[in-house]
Amino acid sequence: MGMTITEKILAKSAGKDKVKAGDLVDAKIDVVMCHDVTTPPAITMLVEKGIDKVFDPEKIVVTPDHFQPAKDIKSAELHKRLDDWAKRQKIKYYYKIGRAGVCHALLPEQGHIRPGEVIVGGDSHTCTYGAFAAFSTGIGSTDTAAAIATGQLWFKVPASMKFVLNGSLGHGVYSKDVILAVIARIGTDGALYRAMEFVGPALAEMSMEARMTITNMAIEAGAKSGIIGFDDITKQYLDEHLRDKKEYTVFKSDSDAEYIATETFDCSTIEPMVALPHLPSGGVPVGQCAGMKMDQAYIGSCTNGRIEDLRIAATILKGKQVAIRTLIVSATPVIWKRAKDEGLFDIFYDAGCVISAPTCGACLGGFMGILAEGEKCISTTNRNFVGRMGHPKSEVYLTSPATAAASAVEGKITDPRNFL
Amino acid sequence: MSKAHVYKRDHINTDEIIPARYLNTDNEKELAAHCMEDLDKDFVRKVKKGDCIVAGDDFGCGSSREHAVWSLRGAGVQTVIAKTFARIFYRNAINNGFYLIESEDALSKIRDGDELQINLKTGLIKNKTSGKDIKFNSLPDFALEIINDGGLLEHITKMKK
Repeated sequence: MGMTITEKILAKSAGKDKVKAGDLVDAKIDVVMCHDVTTPPAITMLVEKGIDKVFDPEKIVVTPDHFQPAKDIKSAELHKRLDDWAKRQKIKYYYKIGRAGVCHALLPEQGHIRPGEVIVGGDSHTCTYGAFAAFSTGIGSTDTAAAIATGQLWFKVPASMKFVLNGSLGHGVYSKDVILAVIARIGTDGALYRAMEFVGPALAEMSMEARMTITNMAIEAGAKSGIIGFDDITKQYLDEHLRDKKEYTVFKSDSDAEYIATETFDCSTIEPMVALPHLPSGGVPVGQCAGMKMDQAYIGSCTNGRIEDLRIAATILKGKQVAIRTLIVSATPVIWKRAKDEGLFDIFYDAGCVISAPTCGACLGGFMGILAEGEKCISTTNRNFVGRMGHPKSEVYLTSPATAAASAVEGKITDPRNFL
Repeated sequence: MSKAHVYKRDHINTDEIIPARYLNTDNEKELAAHCMEDLDKDFVRKVKKGDCIVAGDDFGCGSSREHAVWSLRGAGVQTVIAKTFARIFYRNAINNGFYLIESEDALSKIRDGDELQINLKTGLIKNKTSGKDIKFNSLPDFALEIINDGGLLEHITKMKK
């Protein structure tokens, strides 16, 4: 029996020739991602346990993002703890405010993600990096502490589920719609403890940015990781972004690798999707909820706050006025600058949008666009749980940047194809 | 004796266990004051040290915030009994030496307010209110080892000695 790409990466990281689903492995970690919410407690644990060290200051990437710039005194204190530690430990890749960005957009952009590696981060959406043929998973603070100090973590090798994406996406349909359709079919625990491996011709037509939107939301189906194989599109992105260490190993799933299940999608039949409250699995075609009045539109986050997303939104917002509060949140400073240089900010300003600095912001109900009781927000983010963006009686509707922009113009849920 | 707080719900997520608006602190006491706030405003007032939560599938889904475990522990919750657990929450609990019980039957055999006697070693919950017994499978050995050592960092420190 052959191995999946996930099994091969974990085998390599554990120094083994072969592993199979269910095996416990001690994996060597290649990159640890640290941000302002989960890492400060990890630092405190390490100090308290008398193991305040880092396994390798060049393999830890630090960026405040959730509450940056500091939204209040307490988050400023978290940032201070992170800052003191990063300086004390001489962390090489520490993105201070001004260069800090939403972690899952920042790390690939700054060339920290390489195929074949094991990446962990104190954030559930760390599964994003699987778009680069890497094993990547979210962990809590104690695991982050252990990874920082030892460069190793135990993992149970996950069984893999295969998602075959056939066909071409229709006009006005994006990778966000695909992943919302996937989660709507299998549910928020449909891939619990598993690796979601995405394959198929539809991926060949997606940029790395679009692919990252898919692996980003693997956690919303309960998965341990999401992964997409290496191809020319991956290579081109890496050629443009990798800086200090340019070499990497490419693994591929064997033709006789074992999958616990296979789900096939004809992407040409997928419509623009809206995930209704209060689960990411609540996706329906936009036609089923079009016309529902919204109070706010939010375009940003680790799911859809990259330059392509902003370009799509700008295409629709150009020359129009938004009917509701609309926030544009670039995920990183580089994206922010590109959007400015490309003239997108003029389009957003003229349309009446708020243009924010990079932050996770309101995606998780932090700040920069919090909802009042009873308010509804159409959002390009990844979760629509109760109270996610504000008041427990507010509602979040998850969509692509195109659907969010079209809905912003109309003030109600709107099919983006009307504008394209 | 452990009093059961039953939520007949699947997918109780980390935003419900501890909303992100409180993540600007990692102080267990402060987090405990807001435990389960968006799901049940009265939870913190009702819960007593040693109590347990009983729920359906996929408990703890969502964010990687370990604050969810700390807030439950800080509020006095001894264990969560659910049909299944989300992966990161499960791992965070073990890493904190916080025991979780997976049980298909618990939700149907335990009512809100029931008094339970939980024996982790024998894998048996005695429902003192209804008189029903519920068996459960113990956690896997590696998880028990971590829990018995008091958590992952304690376990690592011990292994290094």
